[in-house]
Amino acid sequence: MPSIVKPLIPLAPLARNDLGLTIRDYEGAMSTLCAGCGHDSITAAITHALWELSTPPHMIAKLSGIGCSSKTPTYFVRGAHGFNSAHGRMAAIATGAAAANRELTYIGVSGDGDSLSIGLGHLAHAIRRAVKMVYIIENNGVYGLTKGQLSASADVGTRPKKGETNVVAPIDPILLGLSLGATFLARSFSGDKEQLIPILKAAVAHNGLALIDVISPCVTFNDHEGSTKSYRFMREHEVKEVVADFIPEREEISARLSGGGRRSVTMHDGSVITFRSVPEGYDPTDRMAVEAYVREHQSAGEVVTGLLYLDETKPSMHQVNHTPPSALNRLTFDTVCPGSAALAELMADFR
Amino acid sequence: MTIDVTPQVRVNDFAIKLANVNGTGSASANGLIMQAIFRMGIPVSGKNLFPSNIQGLPTWYEIRVNAQGHTARATEYDLMVAMNGQTYRDDIEAVRSGGYVLYDSSWPLDADLARDDVTFLGAPYASMCLEAFAKPRERILMKNIAYAGSIVALLGIDLELVRGLLAETFSRNPALRDSNELALRLGYDYTTANVACPLPFRVAPMDATTDSILIDGNTATALGALWAGATVSGWYPITPATGVMDNFTKLCATYRRHTEPASEPGGEPTVVNDYAIIQAEDEIAAIGIVLGAGWSGARSFTSTSGPGISLMNELLGLAYYTEIPAVIVDVQRTGPSTGMPTRTQQADLMLCAYASHGDTRHILTFPANPAECFEFMVRSFDLAEHFQTPVMMLSDLDIGMNDWVVPAFTWDDNFVPDRGPVLSNEDLAQMKEFFRYSNPNADFVTARTVPGSAEKGAYFIRGSGHDKLGHYTEDPDKYLEVVDRLKRKHAAAAAHVPAPIIETRPGAEVGLITLGSCDLAVREAVDLLGQAGIAADYLRVRGFPFADAVADFVRAHPHTFVIEQNRDAQLRSMISIETGLPILSMRPILAYGGFPLSAEHVVTAVREELEN
Repeated sequence: MPSIVKPLIPLAPLARNDLGLTIRDYEGAMSTLCAGCGHDSITAAITHALWELSTPPHMIAKLSGIGCSSKTPTYFVRGAHGFNSAHGRMAAIATGAAAANRELTYIGVSGDGDSLSIGLGHLAHAIRRAVKMVYIIENNGVYGLTKGQLSASADVGTRPKKGETNVVAPIDPILLGLSLGATFLARSFSGDKEQLIPILKAAVAHNGLALIDVISPCVTFNDHEGSTKSYRFMREHEVKEVVADFIPEREEISARLSGGGRRSVTMHDGSVITFRSVPEGYDPTDRMAVEAYVREHQSAGEVVTGLLYLDETKPSMHQVNHTPPSALNRLTFDTVCPGSAALAELMADFR
Repeated sequence: MTIDVTPQVRVNDFAIKLANVNGTGSASANGLIMQAIFRMGIPVSGKNLFPSNIQGLPTWYEIRVNAQGHTARATEYDLMVAMNGQTYRDDIEAVRSGGYVLYDSSWPLDADLARDDVTFLGAPYASMCLEAFAKPRERILMKNIAYAGSIVALLGIDLELVRGLLAETFSRNPALRDSNELALRLGYDYTTANVACPLPFRVAPMDATTDSILIDGNTATALGALWAGATVSGWYPITPATGVMDNFTKLCATYRRHTEPASEPGGEPTVVNDYAIIQAEDEIAAIGIVLGAGWSGARSFTSTSGPGISLMNELLGLAYYTEIPAVIVDVQRTGPSTGMPTRTQQADLMLCAYASHGDTRHILTFPANPAECFEFMVRSFDLAEHFQTPVMMLSDLDIGMNDWVVPAFTWDDNFVPDRGPVLSNEDLAQMKEFFRYSNPNADFVTARTVPGSAEKGAYFIRGSGHDKLGHYTEDPDKYLEVVDRLKRKHAAAAAHVPAPIIETRPGAEVGLITLGSCDLAVREAVDLLGQAGIAADYLRVRGFPFADAVADFVRAHPHTFVIEQNRDAQLRSMISIETGLPILSMRPILAYGGFPLSAEHVVTAVREELEN
């Protein structure tokens, strides 16, 4: 499907961010997805989050694999550098890009087929390596581009439009992430921008891989009765108890104070996340408690959303590898080539 | 039958084979012998024929000494050092008539192993070591140095030189040095007391290796990557390529690591690595990491063997179509499938040349030895960035894992890497608009930007159909415009890859085409054929796409042979495919059992073909 250039319609003066850019500057081409697709709402949330964060567009790298979700990076931040790669391989390519240039903000967009089947290994190891990136799974439970086969995230009992009811256990990216040592795990719903935007902003600030599982109904193949990834199911079964507010590092310090019942976590770059409406006994930094909570609700047929788990203490890939504070790809040849004298000296070791 | 009692003395022209049990420490003793001969200035090769096993299976090491530099694998052995009871029968059979067998006489040899045309030299290594050493581990390990002592005596190797090598090796561990020295003397003294040393084949000092080094191809490849300025690598362990990244890791820690003073008083100084080496979850991720880094403008590479290339196929096509520089080292081993991981072959030629689905073709370089591994690795990075495409360097197990005598590497400090057309923000500012696949240069390469460039340089890289603007397309003409340019771009690389080596003799009607590690065997075959009155010309292909000289060479010879180490004559097919020359205008000579090629194999095949 061709990309369509979005017409720029002049409206009333638009708000400007710290860079003097409007939301239009963070948009991309017109979506070619089906009308009502959950993915388009996620695109809108990403657009807003990056605009609100005032991230310079050219300092953003947006990567994806293959699938409906993976088409979406063309639909946001046209001034960002984009890479629509191969099915399931986005995490590996993002790892290499992040290794070469740590100065960019990496936004990976993937789907449940891309991330939980063909690319599951790459996702798992990108989590283990703590690649500093935002990793969004636009999760609709089906393969849309090949017309509606069930994916590995389809719940037991899901009835596809055609074919047999699913009896195979799903892979839950949140529980998977907890077992792999993920440091930022969130779940949201494409229909809920209020929740998704702060999560995305916090994810950008996170010092490691921030995994966001966004339930995103497929209006064409998986929005019917019997689906657990439909708008209706989500509206009836979502448990939105873990609410997080993100306060960027540059905001006034007074805003960081949190009141009774709230819990704040200071992020690596100085930003603060404040959790409010957190249920009694829920600690978003306690891996065991989070797993128990998610499982408990799951067995009751509910989907818990919010920023579910956060650990700001773990080092990222660059810290583990002791790479320099500036990008490796900017090192000059003189810096990285030891030269003739060093080679001549080394040759003595091979006599 | 008359017995010649004054056998001809052969100086610096013989081969020995050592039979051991894997995992018993024989490698250091065998390497010691080879290094000593090298230090005496004599051309020598050592080939490790080892099993895919950590401990217990038979393993062999072959040393060939040849003053003329003919150090390809020998097929006749003057001396067999038979230290593995499991393989006595085969090993004793392998010695040439009139040759010698050295064995451990702590146990008697079975009577039926006797041969009356070879001389058996026994020495009680196990008994001597049992007596001389207290620790069980030393009693086993030191047997190796003890037989090395015997070899030193039998071949006339300079004993003081060997003692010096042990002192160098164990300079930080005097106790171990003393144990090794004692073991060396046990073997040396026993043999000099019981055998008329040296044997009729022996070494004598030369000065042929003064400016040479002893190095394996994997280490040389790692050195090439380091000096070429590679900063990111993704890799997955695989025999026989693992040594590349092991060495790169070690070298980076030496040359690319520095310590920054503490940022605040009383703080800890921090270590800074000017590199990122990422052990990936599989070869797919390894190449993915390389592409991500290459897209980002870092020199990036991976090393693997055939099974890894199979896995990388999908992303190699992505890199080809999206035009991302990448360097891939394929240290070839015996296929298909798992094949024989510790045996050598050159059977990935077509796999690499045309890797991935759809119409794809890649730039390849074919080093013949560690010196070329170093040189071609640097060239491969330049080619990859000049042409914005994956470049595969095809080494093999023989080159990669054996020590070779090659000229010491040198470096020109005036070297400027060819980074290809990359637009800076200043360049972008001069432009009205930037389109990724427009305005090709003389080599059909279009300028790229790297992520982080100014917004004007931002574009969306995609493996799906795209036009010269970089936009998605399903339009036939727009699609063709890009893929046809890619074909022309690949063809243009023929003038940039390492040129073929051609050596001609007056009036030669026989032409021998070969590549990679076949080099020494084929050169020796040219000499042997010449001695038999058959003048043969020599061409060694060093890069793909092929230079025009390759087709010219085939046309110029009534009898062209293509010599390679695979079953299906892949190089011959590629020459035919790429030049349009009839495949039957070239006759294949193939060795693909897993051991390195010998000159004898080539000579026999050429003579048989010419007689037919």
